[in-house]
Amino acid sequence: MREISAQKIIETVSELCIKANVFLPDDVSKSLETSALNEKKETALGIFREIIENIKIAKNSGEALCQDTGIAEIFLKIGQDVHITGGNIIDAVNKGVYEGYKKGFLRKSVVNDPLERKNTGSNTPAVVYTEIVPGEKLEIIVLPKGGGSENASTLEMLAPLEGWEGIKKFVIESVKTKGIKSCPPLIVGVGIGGSFSSAPMLSKKALLREIGSVSKNDFYAKKEQELLNAINETNVGPMGLGGNVTAMAVHIETAPCHIASMPVAISMQCHSCRRMTATL
Amino acid sequence: MNYSLTTTELIAKIPDLKVGDRILLSGIIYTARDAAHKKLESLIKTNQPLPLDLKNSILYYCGPCPAKPGKVIGSCGPTTSSRMDSLTPLVLSKGVKATIGKGPRSKEVVEALKKYKALYLVATGGVGALLAGKVKKCKIVAFEELGPEAIYELEIKEFPVVVGNDINGNDIFTKK
Repeated sequence: MREISAQKIIETVSELCIKANVFLPDDVSKSLETSALNEKKETALGIFREIIENIKIAKNSGEALCQDTGIAEIFLKIGQDVHITGGNIIDAVNKGVYEGYKKGFLRKSVVNDPLERKNTGSNTPAVVYTEIVPGEKLEIIVLPKGGGSENASTLEMLAPLEGWEGIKKFVIESVKTKGIKSCPPLIVGVGIGGSFSSAPMLSKKALLREIGSVSKNDFYAKKEQELLNAINETNVGPMGLGGNVTAMAVHIETAPCHIASMPVAISMQCHSCRRMTATL
Repeated sequence: MNYSLTTTELIAKIPDLKVGDRILLSGIIYTARDAAHKKLESLIKTNQPLPLDLKNSILYYCGPCPAKPGKVIGSCGPTTSSRMDSLTPLVLSKGVKATIGKGPRSKEVVEALKKYKALYLVATGGVGALLAGKVKKCKIVAFEELGPEAIYELEIKEFPVVVGNDINGNDIFTKK
């Protein structure tokens, strides 16, 4: 058994929140640069120039990439042989989020209640997901998730007979009607299978995959490419103003499901795909 | 067409500007997003004085990051405009001449823009650090209690926008 202090978790989460909001992961910035080469229209090119320039400005100035520094989504993979000392792990994560958002001058975007809507002033509570895994390490991923792209995410309980064509139609329609509002070029996370509650989780976990990675399942790896091609034929384009690049990647994650069901969840991710990982 | 215009010049030029025109905009604009719109609606409907003059004003759908010490403002890009669609005809009726945000507008807003001869301008989302550099001055003018959703007066210089909807009912999102 290995001990990890709550204080260490607070410090790590705080640092991850700041870094995630300022430094775009290399796979995302490289994909943006490559994608820009596929555009010819001046409006689309202008948007790509702004996006690429913004990444440099944020990196050099320490300013947040986007004012929507998100609701802090925290993914914990807790080794079953880890013992947390000096406090509760969830409290430690929230304290880390509070400290990071304060120290990093990041926007506080969380309200206390869906209807009362008073800003909590601390960007807490965070949304924390825990998973128990073998081993004695603790992996922490911070995904600052913007409201615009989260609002564009969606779920449909399709009938099994609708098959792949049904799934494809749902994804393309969702990109055209909702993805257009969520700062394309997108990363589209698709969760297929599981249940009403687990399909969205699959789709969100799909966003944690690096751009350029493909599904471990050959069948779905091909389907990822098929969806990406179809999405990029919609002419939604960067910021919805038209162009060849509507999405940079489609990631599909699947799970077994009920004989009557075929849940399909789509997590839309804006071009500012911020995520940062630490392993303790 | 590419233009560099002050907010006053923009307002004078509204009839000439077309979907897809790119503008570097300079002058005064006011931030207002969901919560500020709700407060403005309540004041307008109860005939109370407004904390800012909406006549010939430009609203920017934005809730900025806090300014770091020595900085004017934090990251400050646009938010999704469609969330403000239901209240946009009301603020246009009070004299707002342009709104700035991201993403498409409803049919009702496109019609209201024709009726009130106003523009919808699109700024690039997710480039808030770049846009912060275009803001020269920033002060709170109303609803400070809303935090990032307060109304801020911004003095901008060469802030890049694209005309998304013009006064003839054209829409960049459907006519690409």
